[in-house]
Amino acid sequence: MSHFIDRRLNPKDKNLGNRRRFIKRVREQVKEAVNKSIRTRGIRDMDRSGEVTVPTDGINEPQFHHDPRGGRHERILPGNKQFRAGDRIEKPPGGAGGSGRKGSDNGEGEDDFTFVLSRDEFLDIFFEDLELPDLVKQTLKEIETAKPRRAGLSVTGAPANLNVGRTMRNAYGRRLALRRPTDATVRELRKRIFELEEIHAPTAKQRKELKETREELDELLRRQKVVPYIDPLDVRYNYFVPRPEPNAKAVMFCLMDVSASMGEREKDLAKRFFVLLHLFLTRRYDRVELVFIRHTHRASEVDEETFFYARETGGTVVSSALEQMKKIVEARYSPREWNIYAAQASDGDNSPGDSSRCMQLLNDHLMPVCQYFAYVEIIAEEETRFLKHDGNGTELWLAYREVAQAWPNFKTKRIANPAGIYPVFRELFARGGEEAQHG
Amino acid sequence: MADSKLIFEGTDWTFEKLDRAYEAIEQVATKELRLDCFPNQIEIISAEQMLDAYSSVGMPLMYRHWSFGKHFIQHERMYRKGARGLAFEIVINSNPCVSYCLEENTMALQALVMAHAAFGHNHFFKNNHLFRQWTDPDGILDYLDYARGFIARCEERHGERQVERTLDSAHALMSAGVFRHRRPPDLSASEEKRRAIERFKAQEEAVDYLLDTFERPQTAAPVPDAASERRRRMHLPEENLLFFLEHHSPILEPWQREILGIVRNVAQYFYPQKQTQIMNEGCATFTHFYIMHRLHEDGRIDDGAMFEILHNHANVLTQPDFDDPRYSGINPYTLGFGMMRDIKRICTEPEDEDRAWFPEIAGCGDWLGVLTEAWANYRDESFIQQFLSPRLMRELKLFALTDDAADRYVTVDAIHDEQGYERVRDALARSRDVSINEPDIQLVDADLMGDRVLRIRHFRRDGIPLEDADRTATLAHVRRLWGYDVVLE
Repeated sequence: MSHFIDRRLNPKDKNLGNRRRFIKRVREQVKEAVNKSIRTRGIRDMDRSGEVTVPTDGINEPQFHHDPRGGRHERILPGNKQFRAGDRIEKPPGGAGGSGRKGSDNGEGEDDFTFVLSRDEFLDIFFEDLELPDLVKQTLKEIETAKPRRAGLSVTGAPANLNVGRTMRNAYGRRLALRRPTDATVRELRKRIFELEEIHAPTAKQRKELKETREELDELLRRQKVVPYIDPLDVRYNYFVPRPEPNAKAVMFCLMDVSASMGEREKDLAKRFFVLLHLFLTRRYDRVELVFIRHTHRASEVDEETFFYARETGGTVVSSALEQMKKIVEARYSPREWNIYAAQASDGDNSPGDSSRCMQLLNDHLMPVCQYFAYVEIIAEEETRFLKHDGNGTELWLAYREVAQAWPNFKTKRIANPAGIYPVFRELFARGGEEAQHG
Repeated sequence: MADSKLIFEGTDWTFEKLDRAYEAIEQVATKELRLDCFPNQIEIISAEQMLDAYSSVGMPLMYRHWSFGKHFIQHERMYRKGARGLAFEIVINSNPCVSYCLEENTMALQALVMAHAAFGHNHFFKNNHLFRQWTDPDGILDYLDYARGFIARCEERHGERQVERTLDSAHALMSAGVFRHRRPPDLSASEEKRRAIERFKAQEEAVDYLLDTFERPQTAAPVPDAASERRRRMHLPEENLLFFLEHHSPILEPWQREILGIVRNVAQYFYPQKQTQIMNEGCATFTHFYIMHRLHEDGRIDDGAMFEILHNHANVLTQPDFDDPRYSGINPYTLGFGMMRDIKRICTEPEDEDRAWFPEIAGCGDWLGVLTEAWANYRDESFIQQFLSPRLMRELKLFALTDDAADRYVTVDAIHDEQGYERVRDALARSRDVSINEPDIQLVDADLMGDRVLRIRHFRRDGIPLEDADRTATLAHVRRLWGYDVVLE
């Protein structure tokens, strides 16, 4: 009977094309929502799917239709309780017209339109402002890189994976167990037969021996044939399973100046900067710990919430943060076990004379243990014009520039908008790409 | 063993059980109800695929457009929140008649759904005069396949953005893109292709010709009745906006005209469904109700399954009162099923009231003949006008309200009593008349040689205006398709 067709295994997601077109359509609103969630989400949660609400403006589907409030409408309703013909009922104020209010065509009324962006869609939009090269985007979006690992042996496999040693060992054991005559034994018998045959006039005893030896040789040859040298049973192949990348740990230090001069915009940029580094680190390490150090004239380790949202007043002593980081590294993160990364964001202010102290701390203590130290100075849009040259700037900037010259894994950058963030990490990503190629 | 008569036991379904159930149902449907159906093709799909089907207006294939993505997201969200269950089935008016059944349905539900969709709806599609006249079940899937391919090619050639803009505008005019009185041209795919090619040529020539005359104004010297002559040649007034724009817009490219044609054909295809919602659901519900009862009586369905079937049946038929927060209009299942069951009652056990109201059919006994005839020859509006009985009005406690914007009060015109029956019935029939429900909008003039202003007129009924924001937005779409100014009077 051909009435029934099982379609359950047909490809799903027939609507993916439509969904893509829809998201393109509400791109602006989605972007705004994503930007908003950068502010509200924790750094760790950045690469998750997320709910997005867009106003219905751009996605209305207008049609000519009657206005339910104008003119004269006649309506039929079910479930009459006490009305009689001729009853007059006062309309509720606001003109909602107490009767059979019809939902709008799309069934959602005037409400905003909410839907969930997948992780990939979310990251795509997050990356948009950062102007990342495609290859980098790809690396960041890959969920896990897996390498094949040896995982014992198997009886099936490709010839290239043949484990010769194990196969031969199995064969040897089997040959011993089944008492397969060795070639040496056969050779010896042959030699003996040859010797006996050489004798011109053999005695009866010798003749008997020759006959027996021949029979023995035949028997051995038969055995050799029956018990093969290598049997398919003996063959073993190396077995590989895909395993995630090595179980390495990294710690990421987020350092930020939280004195009053850091406003919403500055913190927002700083957060994107931290997020990007974190995203990158989670790609490369199984476990990434975050340490947040904020500082004014003194530094303290805080949780993420406090880091971004609490306010504190005071002067600005950058070296206090570096000092704090040094202490934490010594106490908890031995460089032998941990890969240490640091990201520092500031508006460039520092109290006079402190910058040389920073330099000294970095050169003597921190840079030798850090894999990478990235510093961004967040400046106002207008400042970009007269701070074109890296050669001028605040005392802190100049000090850090010197450090950068001494240490190739120290990067500094002034940024005024999200697009400036990526260059700070450029080398980090380039290196990641290289390693991936070698791997 | 008494159990051997049972078609199935337990809740899980298998394809063998489905086959047995199908045969039993078919037996009752064709022998007892004398239903006349397209061959059936029943497809089992997953919940996700059901959501997919939802968002492309229930069709198995559809061209791509963002609005379907939007609907998908809406449905999915409602579904995930649990605010709305999925339909148990979707049925497509095609030959063979395709129905989708959800894999999560229990066996009892699958049987119910088969009787409902594969026989009830199927019979209605094949026999109702509106569907027979206005739709082409043999060609629809081919046509949609063609449409999908055509629009995909357009996207490649002219860019997604361009195609999207054209489709947006065409969709805005979808409800004003049907022929209500003339029979639409046939649409079999090959025929359509051939015509498309012809149309491309013809349109290109026509547009050239227009531009030629535009450059030589002396040939277009106005003669006294130029206006009426012009209107005659363009078949004005015209109610099908899409059709007119497709053929007469001065700025559209040939491929854009073809897209308008596609949207218009899809709209036309669904037009009968709008007009027969109550009858269609009523017919399907009546069919499943009858067949399931028959199978139960014959001992082919056990009590447990029958309970489940009745439970679902009752859920579908719930009609909340007007003051209930769940109320969202009159439930077409309730009304349709109620009327058809009532017809059966009137034919077999009439009361005096029924004899007075329905002298032709009361007590005639041949309820099936009456129903078959009604399924074939009526639409919602005329069906209510003809068959809504006082008894059902009382059961549903129907009453009529007049809501005049100028009045501070709404007035109860009539209720379910001796004086009010006719009034309530007429008002209910009118409220199901699509040509009254939808705005009457006609193209009245377009002076291609002159200012090229397209004049559209909205004929008000009962002083009801168009909703303002949407009116402006939709007009903008008309302007985009026409290319010149558009006036709505």
